[in-house]
Amino acid sequence: MPVEGATANGPLLAVSNLTKLFGSFAACNEINLQIDQGEIHALLGENGAGKSTLVKMLFGVLAPTGGEIVWQGRSVRIASPAAARKLGIGMVFQHFSLFEALTVAENIALSMDGNISLAKVAEEASRLSHAYGLPLDPKAHVADLSVGERQRIEIVRALLQNPRLIILDEPTSVLTPQEADRLFETLNKLKAEGRSVLYISHRLEEVQRICDRATVLRHGKVTGACDPKVETPASLARMMVGSDVAAVTAEGTSTKGDVQLEARHLSVSARTPFAVSLKNICLKVRAGEVLAIAGVAGNGQGELFDALSGEYPVADDAAVQIRQKPVGNRNINARRLMGAGFVPEERHGHAAVSAMPLSDNLVLARSRSDAKAFLGGCFLNIIRRDAVTTATKRISEAMDVRKSGEDPPAGSLSGGNLQKFIVGRELDRQPAVLIVNQPTWGVDAGAASRIRQALVDLAKAGSAVLVISQDLDEIFEVATEIAVISEGRLSDPYPARELSREKIGLLMGGMYGKTEGTGAVHAH
Amino acid sequence: MGIVEAILLSVITAATPLVIAALGELVTERSGVLNLGVEGMMVMGAVCAFVATQITGSPYLGILAGIVCGAVFSQLFAFLTLTLVANQVATGLALTLLGLGVSGMLGESFLGMQGIKLQPIVIPVLADIPFIGPLLFRQDIIFYLSIALVAGVHWFLFRSRVGLKLRAVGDSHASAHALGVNVIRTRYLAVMFGGACAGLAGAQLSLVYTPQWVENMSAGRGWIALALVVFSSWRPWRLIAGGYLFGAVSISQLHAQAFGIGIPSQFLSSLPYLATIVVLILISHNRRTTLINTPASLGKPFVPDR
Repeated sequence: MPVEGATANGPLLAVSNLTKLFGSFAACNEINLQIDQGEIHALLGENGAGKSTLVKMLFGVLAPTGGEIVWQGRSVRIASPAAARKLGIGMVFQHFSLFEALTVAENIALSMDGNISLAKVAEEASRLSHAYGLPLDPKAHVADLSVGERQRIEIVRALLQNPRLIILDEPTSVLTPQEADRLFETLNKLKAEGRSVLYISHRLEEVQRICDRATVLRHGKVTGACDPKVETPASLARMMVGSDVAAVTAEGTSTKGDVQLEARHLSVSARTPFAVSLKNICLKVRAGEVLAIAGVAGNGQGELFDALSGEYPVADDAAVQIRQKPVGNRNINARRLMGAGFVPEERHGHAAVSAMPLSDNLVLARSRSDAKAFLGGCFLNIIRRDAVTTATKRISEAMDVRKSGEDPPAGSLSGGNLQKFIVGRELDRQPAVLIVNQPTWGVDAGAASRIRQALVDLAKAGSAVLVISQDLDEIFEVATEIAVISEGRLSDPYPARELSREKIGLLMGGMYGKTEGTGAVHAH
Repeated sequence: MGIVEAILLSVITAATPLVIAALGELVTERSGVLNLGVEGMMVMGAVCAFVATQITGSPYLGILAGIVCGAVFSQLFAFLTLTLVANQVATGLALTLLGLGVSGMLGESFLGMQGIKLQPIVIPVLADIPFIGPLLFRQDIIFYLSIALVAGVHWFLFRSRVGLKLRAVGDSHASAHALGVNVIRTRYLAVMFGGACAGLAGAQLSLVYTPQWVENMSAGRGWIALALVVFSSWRPWRLIAGGYLFGAVSISQLHAQAFGIGIPSQFLSSLPYLATIVVLILISHNRRTTLINTPASLGKPFVPDR
């Protein structure tokens, strides 16, 4: 199905001096970008480099402050997503703009013109999705679908508009390696039809594998335009980050000690219809070990963290053991008192109160477990400001937290710096057990390597560390053992050295769950 | 007319305003807006309908006045919460207090006047069916409207494209905005429909239920209507079942007194609220259906980043 009217020889899209100001802050500063007919063009950059702002302007979600967008040789003003779609620009968002309570067909119908019946939309969506190798059931409720399937809806939705340019915002960040391979096949199909793809990512290997050209952004400015196939990952990373990133060294991890954290046949039923139930999870983390739990988002990672940390205590007291004592019924503070530390996934509103200064956030987390250090006045429990200030300073220095002023509100720090503080807040206690969920999600490369090194160092010093992560690079950097979570079940742990990415991918795809292959096996 | 028929007839009359007001709030909440001002809009509808009927002599113009008044009054809430992004809960409560106050002022000179009762419309043939006929086919236009509106809203929400957009706005306003749906306009219209329904329900009170004007005559029915929306888990047809159940409970006190049953009237008049609490407790047990049907962005303000 080649695109119609692919006649113009010039670039499909040319952006010149595009600028977006939020107040006095330039999220995009005089961006130049050119996308040709039938090419897969990468937009590379760290979090906060301005990639999302740029594509939001291209898709009419944000209005540019200055600059020009030229589409097929014509200067255009894209006032709304509808206008963008009319021009022939389709978009697949990073955080899906899907409606969980609606069906697949209803979701697709919402982005189409008013006069097509729902039945017709369902039929067309089903046809297109099979043609591009992205099978979908139009009657299914989105709430019941996996992340990969949800992304297919987004892609099919964009394809139904017959777009000339499709923008994909970090499409593989939620996919298993196998699902990602399938997506790349689809993208190559689109390219063969003469469509163009703007592919946003910070994963260098992917970009090198499928993209024809790349534009690199840093701090809202273009720092490079290149052919990714002739660059090295190191040279691309330099353009993205601006300096060489320190490599994490896991060398010399000490010999294993006693079991410090254990889950024994841990089962938890789902608290909400959208949550995942945990099924018979067994795990052991010994002193000196970093157990990393890999898995695609939404497979029970949050629920596992809640059960292990005591945010939601479990019914069976013996199902969770910290330092060989049953703690299943105990709450988070009781577990902290036994020498455990926890770092949840969301920085804002969960790990920290954004509006409160760092010192208050320190007291909130540790007032019970470190009452002796931070509280005084006998039963009055008066906060000892001097001790808190000293500790805040100590943590900030230890983790190289860059902040404005002595004790700014947590919300004023960048994601990476706040995360360094939150991890540092736990490390400062030298916990015997540390459980971290997504330690470097949305954190820049420099801060990420600092945090990962700190986790490795903690294990070296004799603590048991459990890291839940979706980032395979991170897992291979820090882990001594790796297990995979899929649909609330945990695989056996494997020594990190013996595990390949392909094997992890297969486990992620649900070795225990329903795969498309199992049906065929039983069919004959 | 037998005693059973008389009781059922009074249940229908008591249930109709609950169903209509709750239906309007259901549409408002499906768009993601929580308007706690139902009571205020209802009492404003009641006073406007009564006053217009007294002036023009036509209860039908009275009904129209009630609907228009409720719709206009609701737009004050819409302007404050959607354009000025004020807190929906606080604004809704303020709307109720304002409505009770303003209606008392408007209706002062009409207090104690003999009203004009809306006459039933007899549907030929059907009205002659024994038992059912007098109950269902010798009713006033507001009763017929209440049933037609429930059917119409069900079709609108689950079969029409505009209804789909409205549900999308209530489920995730950010996503709907990204798709180019006008979130604010959709919500203005949904709030207006809610106001119009509350106004119509108010008109029923002052033209059918007790054809006169009494201060605070909505008497807490707006709050029951709000509970009814949760009771029906945001599904229009379930509103009828819930509305008639609540109507029956609220009317039971009168019949109990008539039969000389020795239950304190204070207890009986508190029954609808106790029933509301019991229903809310029962519903919160079944989290799955509630969560899947509950509009996910209910009560959350929407500010497009631009």
